[in-house]
Amino acid sequence: MPAKRITVIVNGEPHAASVEPRLTLVDFLRDVLDLTGTHVGCEHGVCGACSVLFDDLPIRSCLMFAVQADGHRVSTVEGLTEPGGGLSLIQDCFWETHSLQCGYCTPGMLIAAHALLRRNPDPSRQEIRKAISGNLCRCTGYGQIVEAIELAADRLNQRTPSPERDGHDR
Amino acid sequence: MKAAAFDYVRPATLREACGYLADGDGEARIIAGGQSLVPLMAMRLVRPRLLVDINDVAELTGIARDGSEVVVGAATRQADAGRSGIVVDDVPLLALALPFVGHDQTRNRGTVGGSLAHADPSAEIGLVAAALGATMTASDGETDRRIDAADFFQAPMTTTLEPGECLTAVRFPVWPGAGRVGAGFQEVSARDSDFAIVAAAAQLALDRDGVCRRAAVAVANAAPTPVRLLRIEEALIGQRPDNENIERLLPLMDEAIEPSTDLHAGADARRHMARSLTLRAILQAAANAAREP
Repeated sequence: MPAKRITVIVNGEPHAASVEPRLTLVDFLRDVLDLTGTHVGCEHGVCGACSVLFDDLPIRSCLMFAVQADGHRVSTVEGLTEPGGGLSLIQDCFWETHSLQCGYCTPGMLIAAHALLRRNPDPSRQEIRKAISGNLCRCTGYGQIVEAIELAADRLNQRTPSPERDGHDR
Repeated sequence: MKAAAFDYVRPATLREACGYLADGDGEARIIAGGQSLVPLMAMRLVRPRLLVDINDVAELTGIARDGSEVVVGAATRQADAGRSGIVVDDVPLLALALPFVGHDQTRNRGTVGGSLAHADPSAEIGLVAAALGATMTASDGETDRRIDAADFFQAPMTTTLEPGECLTAVRFPVWPGAGRVGAGFQEVSARDSDFAIVAAAAQLALDRDGVCRRAAVAVANAAPTPVRLLRIEEALIGQRPDNENIERLLPLMDEAIEPSTDLHAGADARRHMARSLTLRAILQAAANAAREP
């Protein structure tokens, strides 16, 4: 099938490429743009590991073809990092509460957490569980992930101060 | 898991989209949200030669009140429908059901019409359309036609849409002047927001004395298509919908449903769930109606 020319704004930068229509958005991000932070799990919309923000809303990038993203904005887990490197506030909270073991689900969880806290800066525990219900984790039992998002909400609402950065490479 | 090769077009008008469908000779498929189609393509259960992406067809998107109906464009995102004040005020049953449809990530892409056209027997939006007796509108680019929900769903994943037709909108009836209207939606699923093993939907209108004046009741995944429980609806009219009265009516659903056995539940368990969930949905609808001013 003939390839299609597309331009997608990824993490604020326009990327032009020629893609086969059947290339999924997640394979485009990983294999064409080399943004391997977004993970591929089930490839049929069950696990949520491939979650990205599409025009600012969380979606599953295995359930879209890259050609459909032409002219749209995509943010990946790499785009959550503050300019100049380091971890975002939410990533810091995941790190502090041991919210990852193997790390496979983490980029998708971070996207879901990021989308939730932007929409609802002070979610209940139930709302947090609902927000990550589309993301499977086979290691943690979800407890620490919920805890991380609660901690992030506390910090965003300045109920719990953020610790001073210790200068160690995270 | 990679889809078989296909060609792709993204037309801007309905007429153009239908033209591609007609030229596709049965091998072209519409993609809207893609939340059901893309997995089928990934598993190669579906291998269209041409995907007609309708995401840029503006006339297929939007929610509006039109007389005694609320018209939801087929390509309206499920997330947008769930946030719509018109839906919340005028089609309370749909507003109640939408949070059960998939997850945030799928509702942000998935469309109202896509779910209807896919016709999964466990789907919540099809259940609401069946319960309320919604009307689908479809077009082949030249002529439009209307299809009642009762005729639309034929079998699992099968509707009366023709290969060259595009679902354009769904029209949900509004119940103005029917009294105090309330909705109830109940579902059993393996995990939060997963596919319904069985689901039940009810919308009731109560008069000042708490007597039911209008009722819509249906169940999903207790038969190959969503089933409207007309005999229960008729029997509810003139009744106070309390636990005892509803329980007495539940056996009326027996001849309307045909529960089947699969990995998630046996037919007997499904029959039990259909009864329990219908009871709860009607009670919930009555309680919500009683709260209306």
